[in-house]
Amino acid sequence: MPPTDKRAATKVQDLIALIAFYLFATLTIVPAVAVIFARNPVHSVLWLILAFFNAAGLMLLAGAEFIAMLLVIVYVGAVAVLFLFVVMMLNIDFATLRSGFTKNLPFGLIVALVLMGEMIVAVTAWEEGAGIGNAAPPPTSVPNIVALGELLYSRYLFPFELAGLVLLVAMIGAIVLTHRSRGDTRTPKASRQLRRRPDEAVKLANPPVGEGMKL
Amino acid sequence: MIGLGHYLTVAAILFVLGVLGIFLNRRNVILMLMAIELILLAVNINLVAFSAFLGDLTGQVMAMFVLTVAAAEAAIGLAILVIFFRRRGSIAVDAADRMRG
Repeated sequence: MPPTDKRAATKVQDLIALIAFYLFATLTIVPAVAVIFARNPVHSVLWLILAFFNAAGLMLLAGAEFIAMLLVIVYVGAVAVLFLFVVMMLNIDFATLRSGFTKNLPFGLIVALVLMGEMIVAVTAWEEGAGIGNAAPPPTSVPNIVALGELLYSRYLFPFELAGLVLLVAMIGAIVLTHRSRGDTRTPKASRQLRRRPDEAVKLANPPVGEGMKL
Repeated sequence: MIGLGHYLTVAAILFVLGVLGIFLNRRNVILMLMAIELILLAVNINLVAFSAFLGDLTGQVMAMFVLTVAAAEAAIGLAILVIFFRRRGSIAVDAADRMRG
């Protein structure tokens, strides 16, 4: 391929990436607005799912494939479904819950605008420092998932195990919090079952012919 | 060309939307939790963007930990919500100060 064609090809690729970025960004932000302003919480959850999906697209564009897939699996597959489950399971009158909405709107907008302004100042004032030396430069030869796995199971092994512990605590906590013993269930008593011995539980009898057996 | 500023802008807008959502839905815990998820998503986008543009995979590892904590938080938060609803028949948070251990 001649060099001019090559340059044109990379230009087209950049353009496509930029278009994809704006598409994903718009489809992340507009659903995020809808999450907040939707009247029906079920719609809110569905908008949240759309926002997460497109955020995953943004991360794919940034080259973080594993995080993107994790976002789809964990957020869309687990967290959003959990939200949907709870919203639909609880019979909640959401109309009364919205009573403070318009009252809080001006104050909330002021806080949001101030925060946004601060962030704009911070982002525009940011410039790359002298460089602190990369802690973990991504290797170019292996895919993102392999590189991340090698990092996760070597240098970040302890935090990784800690993250697993956090999930375990959350799981046990959620079960303990929501578990409800109904009182009328008959659960086997393991200690009594284990205490039984054959000589007190089994009796050999030899009843005479024509007579019954007295228990 | 997509720059770091693009990603930071998207993340900033998402963050502010999350904060706004917490302010607007002061009584609805479910929507507050969803707004917190939005905030954590903004943080994740920031981490991944910096990781990509500074050439350092640590940001992606941290994003994974943030994801873990977000999942744990959602599970515990919704569990608390379910038992709160069971006791009160409503999820209005302004009644939450009447809880006693």
